[in-house]
Amino acid sequence: MSPGKTMEPFWWSLFSAGGVVAAFLVPVHLFLHGLAVPLGWVSVSHARLLALVGQPLVKMYLFVLIALPLYHWAHRFRFILEDLGLHGLRMPLAVLCYGSAIVGTVATLWVLIRI
Amino acid sequence: MSEARPARPGLYYPKLPATWWLRRPGYVRFMLREVTSVFVAIFLVELLVLVHKIGQGPQAYADMVAKLQSPGWIAFHVVALAFVLYHTITWFQATGVVQVVRVGDRQVPPPLVVAGNYVAWVVVSLFILYWLLVRS
Amino acid sequence: MTEETITLEVTRYRPGHDREPRTESFSVPYRKDWVVLDALNHIKDRVDGSLTYRWSCRMGVCGSCGMMVNGVPKLTCSAFLRDYHPGPIRVEPLANFPVIRDLVVALDDFMEKLRRVKPWLIRETERPVSEGEYRQTPAQLDAYKQFSMCINCMLCYAACPVYGLEPAFLGPAAIALAYRYNLDSRDEGYRVREPIVSDSVGVWECTFVGECSVVCPKGVDPAAAIQRSKVAGAKDWAMSVLMPWGGRK
Repeated sequence: MSPGKTMEPFWWSLFSAGGVVAAFLVPVHLFLHGLAVPLGWVSVSHARLLALVGQPLVKMYLFVLIALPLYHWAHRFRFILEDLGLHGLRMPLAVLCYGSAIVGTVATLWVLIRI
Repeated sequence: MSEARPARPGLYYPKLPATWWLRRPGYVRFMLREVTSVFVAIFLVELLVLVHKIGQGPQAYADMVAKLQSPGWIAFHVVALAFVLYHTITWFQATGVVQVVRVGDRQVPPPLVVAGNYVAWVVVSLFILYWLLVRS
Repeated sequence: MTEETITLEVTRYRPGHDREPRTESFSVPYRKDWVVLDALNHIKDRVDGSLTYRWSCRMGVCGSCGMMVNGVPKLTCSAFLRDYHPGPIRVEPLANFPVIRDLVVALDDFMEKLRRVKPWLIRETERPVSEGEYRQTPAQLDAYKQFSMCINCMLCYAACPVYGLEPAFLGPAAIALAYRYNLDSRDEGYRVREPIVSDSVGVWECTFVGECSVVCPKGVDPAAAIQRSKVAGAKDWAMSVLMPWGGRK
């Protein structure tokens, strides 16, 4: 078995893991931060939030929550574009999509470390 | 990539148009499912910005929340919530097909696997709400 | 009393004469127990003997009569006219395949892919006949039985947009058959099939549209076979990276 033959299993595994995280965690967070808080249904003090995001465990949670599903998006978006007819651009699309996810991962690390 | 096969004379080679996914309801549902990933990604960026603003102080955070109160953002989030929920639903459905769970000699029936995922999802969501809102 | 009729809009294509397929309308008797295949046979017998199409068993086990009926891949021997009443019924050659003539498509690509996955029991060591049969428990049979029901009708390839966009894709039936043999307790050929199934135009090309399983007349569920093969492939890849010296089996 030659592992270098194709990297597809690697990206697919990240896609899968990201999909699980997105399925379980994104709805409640989107509901909270996108609707419940802005609409005033619930309120959280800034002090509490700041204390939370300062904790190492919470930072790890946020890293997994934000960075992993980026690879889920990257893999799916790449195939959306291929399925819309851009099959010939396989390499550039892969670089664009996975590259964006990697940039996002670095940005997430940067934000979380600096808090 | 596709190996170029020399086209045999006389044969008619049909071409699939880029709008192929509009032809059948199953294809449309597939595209909608794939597009959920875009809304997930947009929210992830939003969440990162939010965390960043939290770190920048109470005023920066309050400004962002104020921005999110605009009708445009609320409308977007309603639509986005529908899409990410569709991701959750289709993902659990797929898990039932893909994940073969064996207990001893027997296979757990797929609907039970799917139900288990939903239960876990509700428990996790409630836990997050509790952690963020109730605990202080 | 005139018999009720139903209209069939059938694709015609004559190689060498026609640049493109065209549609011809035929009026056939509407009989409650007729299937589309009966209607086609009526046309060929009574109206236009040049109409060309494949069929054989007319009972849904040979896989020969696959065509597009109102845009959906179906076995025409199982598509009842009464389900399409009042019509008209569009009958076209199976999608995503080159058309040879009228409703007949070229099968070469599928046949080649079928051979490629080696859909037979592969043994590292053959046991002599004197040692008797390879025995299998009902549970061992259940593990792969569903995936053994494939009749090679190619409806799944016609339903698969990935195959339509990328003809190099190995495709649902071929992968499902590879999976069927990998799951067979008598088989020892997983490693042999792996490079073919785990190729970039193997399972990884699939985006789980799922229409293959929807149209399969035998309930094979090739989509499930492909996704489970992806899980196995991902595990293999991880093992090969983490333990490059080791080998499974």
